[in-house]
Amino acid sequence: MARKFLGSTAAALAAAALAVSPAKLVAQTVKIGIINSYSGFAAQPADQMRKGIDLYVKEHEKDLPAGVKIELVKRDDTAKPDVGKRLAQELIARDQVNLLAGVILSPVAAAVAPLTAEAKVPLVDTNAAGAAIPRLSPYLVRVSFTLWQEGYPIGKWAAQQGWKTAYTAVSDFIPGHDAEAAFIKGFTDGGGKIVGSDRFPPTNPDFTPFIQRVKDARPDVAFLWVPAGQQATAIMKAAKNLGLHEAGINITSTQDLLPDEELPNMGDIALGLVTSGNYSADAKRPANAAFLAGWKSAYGHKAIPDFFSVDGWDGMAMIFDLIKATKGNFSADQAMAFFKIWKTPDSPRGPIAIDPATRDIVQNIYIRRVEKIDGKLADVEIQTIPMVKDPWKELNPPK
Amino acid sequence: MPSALSAVFFIGFHGIAFAMVLYLISVGLSVTMGMMGFVNLAHGVFAMAGGYVMTRLMNQQGAPLPLALAAATVVVAVASLPIERVLYRRLYGGDELDQVLLTMGLVFMSGAAAQYLCGPLQQPLRLPPGLNGGVRLGFGEVPAYDALLIVCGAGLVTGLWLGIERSRFGAKIRAAVDNLRMAQSLGIDTSRLFSLTFALGSGLAALGGGLGASLITITPGYALDNLVYFLIVVAIGGLGNIRGPFLAALLVGIADSACKYWIPQFGAFFIYAMTMAILLWRPRGLFGRA
Repeated sequence: MARKFLGSTAAALAAAALAVSPAKLVAQTVKIGIINSYSGFAAQPADQMRKGIDLYVKEHEKDLPAGVKIELVKRDDTAKPDVGKRLAQELIARDQVNLLAGVILSPVAAAVAPLTAEAKVPLVDTNAAGAAIPRLSPYLVRVSFTLWQEGYPIGKWAAQQGWKTAYTAVSDFIPGHDAEAAFIKGFTDGGGKIVGSDRFPPTNPDFTPFIQRVKDARPDVAFLWVPAGQQATAIMKAAKNLGLHEAGINITSTQDLLPDEELPNMGDIALGLVTSGNYSADAKRPANAAFLAGWKSAYGHKAIPDFFSVDGWDGMAMIFDLIKATKGNFSADQAMAFFKIWKTPDSPRGPIAIDPATRDIVQNIYIRRVEKIDGKLADVEIQTIPMVKDPWKELNPPK
Repeated sequence: MPSALSAVFFIGFHGIAFAMVLYLISVGLSVTMGMMGFVNLAHGVFAMAGGYVMTRLMNQQGAPLPLALAAATVVVAVASLPIERVLYRRLYGGDELDQVLLTMGLVFMSGAAAQYLCGPLQQPLRLPPGLNGGVRLGFGEVPAYDALLIVCGAGLVTGLWLGIERSRFGAKIRAAVDNLRMAQSLGIDTSRLFSLTFALGSGLAALGGGLGASLITITPGYALDNLVYFLIVVAIGGLGNIRGPFLAALLVGIADSACKYWIPQFGAFFIYAMTMAILLWRPRGLFGRA
């Protein structure tokens, strides 16, 4: 039974691979399979990403070439790699999508990536941030970020503050490991010393004992990393209750610790905290003002977008540019050739480009400080590091 | 490094606070499982509902914490009555697989309903200023909210124990747990008793869910994500009594804190290993009846 299923899947994949060959190029509906984690522990970031994707489609559908339509086929991977892989198989073989997009979690992306290579269906990764992911398939392009891109600069920045010792505490899965390694490299390159490193389970209700451990080690700075969303507030609450700040320990992280939409939940503990990131809802660029206006009119005045939303938005921007350039007729290889040299000067997060050599994003990284503006907390950009490439790939060239 | 003594103090303190939450949520599960023989995997739903009602009242109506907590307890206890009558009652004494299927279905439905009604975000909990931050106590500084949890928990546990030991209602519950058929033949209205016990257990769970919302955050995944913790407390404590789960909750709470503090890389595994060891030694739990 299992063998028969495998056989039929392989046949279907082969058929799908053929289907994307020139014979099918007359199709005027571009089908895009969206793999997202609508339920499960990543439901919150998934919701932010969905809103970014949907908003772009809603605002720009009218700009598509005459006669070309797009259809989004949305699937819920429930935050599980095996489910994501099965959905990708179905999207490729049964729904015959032209492109795949989305993916919140790196383990899901790692499970889906080999299929994109086998079936030659490009995947536009709009979040999953594990540094090595684009290397898993030549048909994968990433518009989000890597933890190395953000963790390395904030490590260097922390060392520049005159902080000598650091303690890292991260969530125990791919991006947590990346963030940890990147911060350590940046901090030690800047002359700092690491006094301790802990990893905690990715789904964990109570952070207090972990934070007490950090507190008792008395470092100058604690680098705390959890996947953005509810855990960020939980760990910040633990830091507040244990008086980390009062004990003279600075906290820093990447933007995952202070996602814009969670700031109101955190309250003043977040005030003054400095993190690195690729997007802040507070950014003063015209493109961001336009994005925010559209967001508020679509999702209400209280809704706040974050980097997941913008990464989803930019992924759709790239796909729309491809459709406009090819009038909806493209092969997988043509799509990848287009994506590899794609860039835009005015994403809500500033200028972005794809690095042709690595198919990964090149973008500004902002050092941001939480400040109170009109009674509300905001991540205010205080320093810009222009057009950062993923440092991990430079440190680890392909073999 | 601080002295080992202050670390032990912190672990004990935080572990007990966590244990109070676990106990309040789980004690009702132990009693309903022991008395009605019903495998209620959806018990955490009532704790989640308590958390949602409390945080919503606080955030949207500006209700103070004690009032919101009391309202959550009453609302959930009352709401559990029709659920018991309509859904649970049909499967008393029935096949355990049916019970598991029904209650797991409730878990998934409640999670989806919570996400539909309140969104995927966690419910923010804005505590009064005095409860944020730490207080200085003996050997060191401890989170102020932990202190509140311990005080409230101790009060509630004492009240509950006295109630079950001393009141007529408590005597009936004990009688029904001990020997259901004998209790019935003595003229105890067990049908009504079941309903009231179920509502009491649900109300306590709601209270635990609300009080513990700062430790176990209120999200749509609550009932499923934390189910294992509640079941461990009941399994170690033994079915159908109210003291066993208390000891079990203390054991789990303190062991969990200690492990996360001293050996964080094994943080999440230890309590499972401990549970297995205890159940191998005493398959019916520490206080279970043979």
